[in-house]
Amino acid sequence: MSAPRPPGFDTLSLHAGSAPDPATGARATPIHFTSSFAFRDSDHGAALFNMEQAGHVYSRISNPTNAVLEERIAALEGGVAGIATASGQAALHLGLSTLAGAGDHIVASRALYGGSHNLLAYTLRRFGVETTFVDPRDLDAWRAAIRPTTRLLFGETLGNPGLDVLDIPAIAQLAHAHDLPLMVDATFTTPYLQRPFDLGADLLFHSATKFLCGHGTAIGGLLVDGGTFDWQAAHERSSRFATLCEPYDGFHGMVFSEESTVGAFALRARREGLRDFGAAMSPHNAFAILQGIETLGLRMERHVDNTRRVVAFLAAQPMVASVSYPELDSHPDRLLARRILPKGCGAVFTFELKGDRAAGRRFADGLQVFSHLANVGDAKSLVIHPASTTHFRVPAAQLAASGVSEGTLRLSVGLEDPDDLIDDLKRGLKLAAKGA
Amino acid sequence: MLLTVHAHEVYCYTGGKAFDPTLPVIVLLHGAQNDHSVWALQSRALAHRGHAVLAPDLPGHGRSGGAALTTVEAMAAWVIAVLDAAGAGRAMLVGHSMGSLIALEAAHLAPQRVSGLALLGATFPMEVSDALLDAARTEPDAAIDMVAAWSHASWLPGPSTAGPGTSVTNTARRLMQRMAARGAPELFMTDFAACNAYANGEIAAASITCPTLFVQGRKDMMTPPRSAKLLTGAIKHARVVGVDAGHAMMSEAPEAVLDAMLSFARYSQMSA
Repeated sequence: MSAPRPPGFDTLSLHAGSAPDPATGARATPIHFTSSFAFRDSDHGAALFNMEQAGHVYSRISNPTNAVLEERIAALEGGVAGIATASGQAALHLGLSTLAGAGDHIVASRALYGGSHNLLAYTLRRFGVETTFVDPRDLDAWRAAIRPTTRLLFGETLGNPGLDVLDIPAIAQLAHAHDLPLMVDATFTTPYLQRPFDLGADLLFHSATKFLCGHGTAIGGLLVDGGTFDWQAAHERSSRFATLCEPYDGFHGMVFSEESTVGAFALRARREGLRDFGAAMSPHNAFAILQGIETLGLRMERHVDNTRRVVAFLAAQPMVASVSYPELDSHPDRLLARRILPKGCGAVFTFELKGDRAAGRRFADGLQVFSHLANVGDAKSLVIHPASTTHFRVPAAQLAASGVSEGTLRLSVGLEDPDDLIDDLKRGLKLAAKGA
Repeated sequence: MLLTVHAHEVYCYTGGKAFDPTLPVIVLLHGAQNDHSVWALQSRALAHRGHAVLAPDLPGHGRSGGAALTTVEAMAAWVIAVLDAAGAGRAMLVGHSMGSLIALEAAHLAPQRVSGLALLGATFPMEVSDALLDAARTEPDAAIDMVAAWSHASWLPGPSTAGPGTSVTNTARRLMQRMAARGAPELFMTDFAACNAYANGEIAAASITCPTLFVQGRKDMMTPPRSAKLLTGAIKHARVVGVDAGHAMMSEAPEAVLDAMLSFARYSQMSA
């Protein structure tokens, strides 16, 4: 007797966590647009509040539509539980705050999305959580930065802005040797291109706004607990992770690692972080993101195909100084990418245009298919020229320090016909060259 | 709660309440390569409904020390020793899968200590397929995946029954992986071999006089209800309850399993 074959990626993308609605037969997941859920009786209410039974009480803490999305991402990632949050930033904050408090320390890659960097470098520091930023390719730097107060290591699967490929197996091994978990931002890769838990990561999050939703509509985040990290063993050896392994006064002395051997992190994140910080996802947004995930595999395949076409085109253009994409021989992580991102390196990348800031502005303003805006992961192609938008006040010298030049452009390649994208880029390059 | 049994530390989850042996005691016994957390959606509820709950990690599993015990008979004697260490007199024994054999044998071994017997996912003989035994010996990760697949009514996860956002199948898989990483060496093989070798089920069942409950998953591929006929036939006074779940019924049908246990606990206490 052979074991049932586990369902594939696309089947899970369409079905995991859902079933026809038992009350109405509705095949699509209903939007449960309600703040609260009636108790069957007082005993039922008490049991739900006391975590004796599974169920929904109030949509800030859980909601049936969100739960389908949470279980779907857990299934796709191979995790034990997902938690939907109001945004990707909220997912990052929920992950960090579940493990770290005043006096604690985080080691993070320095190649991070600006919003993540701000949270770690400035905002959490104000609350007593310190972060050391390291070159993600420098294992010795990761090791040297670890302190007794460190609570986790954190990086992006594909870093900003140069698409540094995070060596998850190596960094996870280092983290585990120090009784620490590795958390990754998997937004750019999605579970279609990489499953970080299979490589050794313990926690991950997505800005679901991007490829998971896929259509540039709903804002949302998803935090996933891989169930791989042994909090109790680490606590016994290092005294870390008291939030999970010692009684919590905020929930009647509950010890989360006793309640759930493999899901303690997700339990605390929901029962404390969602409850108290309140950054819950709207069920409308959960529905939109579920719709997006249904076609994630199909879309990512096309995103990557189109990106390869666009990357090859740009790399051959005289107006282009360089293209940063890990599949190119010029990228320092090309060998690592072949090993841990064999299906592709996503659809967001940067390239350097020759010329000054004005050339970059003419390029971005001249595109007709690519939309000039601050987002990535849309079905529609997007472009941003940081030097004339997000960083327009920053002098060239300071720009360089943050890894951005006056000619840096970031593209998020969408699902249009690739010939139309290339024609559009030709148009932009022609305009950029005109003023040169 | 930590106890000491046979010079080894034993971890017992008590449902979020201090253990009070003056209350009706319920012992929850997990199956192969598992720990106390498989009872998450029953143990806490039982403890907050007037029961003294002991959900131990078996030796060599989870947080309990010592080597994994190699026979069901040794595990049954160990359960009685746990009762002694906890200061408990009589107890209702609830076991799942391998735990059901332990509970059955313990009730045979020390009937005066057992007020009721609830057997979930029980069968006898509990033969483990050669394919699974081989996998447990040579490819433990593959064995874990096989058991995770066979233990659930469907590999395709439906709306979570174990709490919002929780993947029931991945939780089961990760728990078995954790036991492999943290527990005694060759744990899966040891547990499976103990199930396979247990030969006293029919004799033990014939000796049971205490109130008995069978809870069977209608979609159980590991221990299908029809495979329990020898046991249900031997314990003629037993109640049999079917739930809409596979072998991992405590997470796939948590409320139905809890309701069956609460109802049976009331009946057992009235019969005492």
